[in-house]
Amino acid sequence: MANEVCFRNMDQDRPWLLEQYRARGGYEMLSRILKEKMPPEKIIDEVKASGLRGRGGAGFPTGLKWSFINRNAPGHKYVVCNSDEGEPGTFKDRDILRYNPHQLIEGMVIAGYAIGATCGYNYIRGEFWEPYERFEAALEEARSAGFLGNDLFGSGFDFQLHSHLGAGAYICGEETALLESIEGKKGQPRYKPPFPAHFGLYGCPTIINNTESLASIPVILEKGGAWFKGLGVENSGGSKLFSISGNIKNPGVFEIPLGTPFSELLEMAGGMKEGSRIKAVIPGGSSAPILPGDVMMDLTMDYDAIAKAGSMLGSGAVIVLDDSNCMVKVLERMSYFYHEESCGQCTPCREGTGWLYRVVNRIETGRGRPEDLDLLDDMTVKIAGRTICALGDAAAMPVQGMLKHFRDEFEYHIEHKRCLVG
Amino acid sequence: MGFKNIPMSTVKPSENKQALFNAKIRAEIDKWIAKYPPEWRQSAVMGALMIVQREHGGSLTPELMDNVAAYLDMAPIAVYEVGSFYSMYEHKPVGRHKICVCTNVSCMINGADQIVEYLEQKLNARLGGTSADGKYTLKEVECLGACGGAPMFQIGEKYYENLTPELIDSILDGLEE
Repeated sequence: MANEVCFRNMDQDRPWLLEQYRARGGYEMLSRILKEKMPPEKIIDEVKASGLRGRGGAGFPTGLKWSFINRNAPGHKYVVCNSDEGEPGTFKDRDILRYNPHQLIEGMVIAGYAIGATCGYNYIRGEFWEPYERFEAALEEARSAGFLGNDLFGSGFDFQLHSHLGAGAYICGEETALLESIEGKKGQPRYKPPFPAHFGLYGCPTIINNTESLASIPVILEKGGAWFKGLGVENSGGSKLFSISGNIKNPGVFEIPLGTPFSELLEMAGGMKEGSRIKAVIPGGSSAPILPGDVMMDLTMDYDAIAKAGSMLGSGAVIVLDDSNCMVKVLERMSYFYHEESCGQCTPCREGTGWLYRVVNRIETGRGRPEDLDLLDDMTVKIAGRTICALGDAAAMPVQGMLKHFRDEFEYHIEHKRCLVG
Repeated sequence: MGFKNIPMSTVKPSENKQALFNAKIRAEIDKWIAKYPPEWRQSAVMGALMIVQREHGGSLTPELMDNVAAYLDMAPIAVYEVGSFYSMYEHKPVGRHKICVCTNVSCMINGADQIVEYLEQKLNARLGGTSADGKYTLKEVECLGACGGAPMFQIGEKYYENLTPELIDSILDGLEE
């Protein structure tokens, strides 16, 4: 039951080509929708019924997001795809862009039709030059074949699609920062409300969805929302791409039904490297609180199960750590990342991420003080929830997770000025 | 609600845009401009800075950013803001090949530290520095979204994954002088 949606073409030779995509029925859903002039409400209802939740990390129901747009509002509306894949541990959207770009394009055109938009942008992170070129080539193919442009299938519906390249900024994965970036500005998040559905790109109603979410749309509509929902479990409809990396034998991206036991996913990835034992897992990208390995071995990969265990499914980026890793060093690297990537707009995040990094750094380098763990606890509380966007929370949560599950390692480090492991 | 969203362009449109860049650069920037609404030329600023940087040896100068501003009818400060915010823009000269090494968690636990050490010794340059012959600049970067191939680095537009010292030797040997 793997590779049913975004990876369903992975058995094909050069699956990124238009002829290969069409050989499997690609663009037929779009053609049917436009020829039948399917009511947009019906499409949105089907997406709602599928239980699809935003695959970028937040897990917000996609159909509900689409329904916030007032189709009849005058002026332009936009569909924006978030391919600014940057959450450490995540490398799934890169594979969609490289291997299944047409399914993403078809999904975006359908989304445009559903909300009454005539233009879309795919924001691809600047480092992804090869995926960008692959996507650009697919856009050209789609334009020549009449799947993008004016009066598609003689329906009177126009849709233009372009890619926008980032230039290195994790924060642009935050939806309003991404919109600012397309507008040619620094990627600094906006206050919400107003939400993008009312005031988005260029001030117009906008939906912004993750690459995987949009690429799932053609299959959901072809096979039905109920079918998609049935792949997964309660509250976690469908299958999902998991990018699994770390101290494992065969890291990679796997599409599996939500609700699959973590132990099965680990097995698909070849299990732990020779002679190493699982110590901990970051289940949903580096912002997701870390969980002990034995806890993970009993969990299933779905939104509710991971949340109940005190972490989050996030983007489906699973980092597996073995027992040779010092948790202080791992947290030091993560805290450096958030300090480096804070956009600097809100004081608690700009200053707080630096404090977090410096205190974890001094513990790691043997200069830790006994009161430092309480200080870290206190700082996380003073950052989380006090900033415009979620980067502050994303910086605080890994610290909280580490101190909850591996506090003894931090205490050992402070007392003995060296690692408990290694 | 009084929300407004207008371009930050405050300068008088520059008359002589041909003089700012050569025809090749202008044609490339114009492709980016054409993607956005006509009143939002500034949306092309990221693409323009990328092109201009690439065509000028891999880094930007205030003069180049001023020309981008004039070409897009933007205030120079608005271009400096963008140029200094995003990590892929360089403001100091770089080597002919910029090696961007990921040291984030998945790479770190798969030996990124040793990769950095090996590169620093081989090129006789520290992270952030350039080799004496001007061929390589070594740069530490955040997660590049290729954790399945950790440890990895990017040179120019290309990703190299599952790095080992032997592989690094052969990659660098294969680069242009």
